[in-house]
Amino acid sequence: MLSELDISAIIITIKLALISTSILIVIGTPLAWWLSQTRVKFKVVFEAIIALPLILPPTVLGFYLLMTLGKNGPIGRLLESFGGSSIAFTFSGLVVGSVIYSLPFVVQPLQNSFASIGKQPMEVAATLGASKLDRFFTVAIPLARSGFITAAVLGFAHTVGEFGVVLMIGGNIPGETGVLSIAIYDHVEAMEYGQAHLLAGGLLITSFLMLIFVYLFNRHFSIMRGSEK
Amino acid sequence: MIECKIKIELNDFTLDAKFTIPDKGISVVFGPSGSGKTTLLRAIAGLEKSDSGYLKIGDSVWQEGNNFVPTHKRQIGYVFQDAALFSHLDVKGNLTYVTKRTEGLSGDFIDSIYNLLDIKPLLNRSTVQLSGGEKQRVAIARALLTNPKILLLDEPMSALDLKRKNEILPYLDSLHNQLDIPILYVTHSQDETSRLADHLMLIEGGKIIGNGPVNEMLTRLDMPMSHSADAISIIDAKVISRESDFDLMHLQFSGGQFIVPDNGLPINSNVRIRVAARDVSLTKNKQTDTSILNIFPALVEQVVPEGKAQVIVRLKINEFILLACLTKKSAAMLQLESGLSVYVQVKSVAILS
Repeated sequence: MLSELDISAIIITIKLALISTSILIVIGTPLAWWLSQTRVKFKVVFEAIIALPLILPPTVLGFYLLMTLGKNGPIGRLLESFGGSSIAFTFSGLVVGSVIYSLPFVVQPLQNSFASIGKQPMEVAATLGASKLDRFFTVAIPLARSGFITAAVLGFAHTVGEFGVVLMIGGNIPGETGVLSIAIYDHVEAMEYGQAHLLAGGLLITSFLMLIFVYLFNRHFSIMRGSEK
Repeated sequence: MIECKIKIELNDFTLDAKFTIPDKGISVVFGPSGSGKTTLLRAIAGLEKSDSGYLKIGDSVWQEGNNFVPTHKRQIGYVFQDAALFSHLDVKGNLTYVTKRTEGLSGDFIDSIYNLLDIKPLLNRSTVQLSGGEKQRVAIARALLTNPKILLLDEPMSALDLKRKNEILPYLDSLHNQLDIPILYVTHSQDETSRLADHLMLIEGGKIIGNGPVNEMLTRLDMPMSHSADAISIIDAKVISRESDFDLMHLQFSGGQFIVPDNGLPINSNVRIRVAARDVSLTKNKQTDTSILNIFPALVEQVVPEGKAQVIVRLKINEFILLACLTKKSAAMLQLESGLSVYVQVKSVAILS
C-alpha cells in the first residue's frame, strides 16, 4: 500500500497544483485579456515568451530558474539582502517554477475565449451604462466561462504532471518538495513496481476524468450558446 | 434640437456628418449599405471616437472639441441590428442588468416600458427561447430602461423575415406615439422609412446629402429618392367620416379629402398613406365619367425628365406636394409646364398605419 512518503508526495502535489492554479488564474486573466484586446505590434513577442515553456525542455527552464532564484542568482541575492533566504529547494520555489512552467496552459485558453467573445457584448454593456471594469467582470468573464474551466483544469493537471522543473528547482526533498511524479520515478529506480503502478495508475485515471469533465462542460456550454444562432 | 458635427476617419472610409435635427419624433437615417449609417450611429453613441467635433442632444453636450463623454456616461438607448442580448443572462437578467445601473428608475417607469413592448410574458425565458422579433422587443425594452435622452436603432428589422417584421412594426408605432424622446432610426428600407419617418436624413459616401421633413425629402427633385423607379409621396391625414354603404372612409389632409377602403380606424385618428408616383395621372379638365375617386385640382410646379421615356412632375395641391411619374409622350400631349393648372387622379393608395 501507500507509504507515508507517498502520501506526503500526493498532498504536496495537490497543494502545489491548487496554489499554482490559483496564482495562474489571477495573473493569467489580465494578461490574457490584454493579449486578446491589444493591437500593439510587439504583441507576438509576449505571446512567444509565454509559449516558451511549451517547447523548452523542462530541465532548461529548471536550470535557469535555479540560476536566478538560487543563493548566488539575482533574485536569491535580492531576497537575502532583505533578510530572507533563497527560495531554491523550497516549496515556494516549486510554486514559482510551476507558475512559469504552466503559464501557457492557462493564458492561451483564456486568450482564445476572450477573443471569441468579440467586441459587441462589451459595447452593448457600455451603452447600458457599465464602466470598463464593471463590464469586464459582468460580461467578459461570464462569457469566457468555458475558457476558465479549461484553463484551470489544464493548469492544474499540467502542474501535477511536471517533472524536470520541480526536480531542478525543488531537489526532491521528502516532505517539502518531493512531488508525485518524482516519487513514481524513485519507485521505479528502486524496482518497487507495485507502488509505481498504484501512483501512476491513480494519476492516469485522475487526468482522464479531468479531461472528460472539461470536454463535457465545453460541449454543454457550446450547445447552450450555439443553439441561439 | 440635436446638433452634430462629427468627422471620423477609418481605414478606407471617412464619415463627415454635419446636421441639425429636431429632438422629437423619428428621424430616419437612410442610405445604401456602406454609406456610413451605422458609423454615424456608433459615433453618436461614443463607440467610434472622433478627435474633435460637437455633439449636443437636447441640453446634454456629449462632445465638444476633444472633450469626449465615454459611452457608458451618455444616456443612450442603443438597439443593435441583431438584438445582441447577453447570452449568459436570461431575459430578466438582461433587463435587470440595466435597472441595477440606472439611477432613479421608478417601478412605474419600468412597468410602462414592459407594457409598451409586452415584455411580461417573456420575462422568465432564456434568450435562446425567443424568436427574432421577441429578441428585438427585449433589446428595445433594455435600451429604453437606461432612461435615454435618445434612442438609436440600427436596422432593427433587417435580420427579420416579413412575418416577424409585421409582428414588430406595431411596437415601433407605439414607440413613435408614446415616447417623448427623439429616435434615430437607421435603415435602407423604403418601406420602413415611409411608415416610420417624421424626419428624413439622407446619407451617401459618409456625407449627409439632405435632411428635412419626410415628404419634403421624398419629393424634392434635387434629392435622389424622387428619381428612383418607386418614387412616392407620404401624406399624413386624419379619419373624418365613413361611408358604410361602400365600406370606405374619408381622410382629411392639407390638400383635401382622400377616399380609401375602410380599415376600421376610429374617427379622428391619425393615418398615414403612401401614393406611388406611378399611380398618379393628370388630366387638363376634371373627368366626371371615371372610376377614379381621388381627384384633386393641382398646380404643376416642375417637370423633369426621368430616364429615356419618362418625366417626374412635382405637383402642388394647396400646400401639399405630390409626385407623378408620366411618360414623356403624355407630358408633351398635355403640354405640361410649370404653372399649369391640372387635375390629379390617384389610382391607388396604401394605408400605412
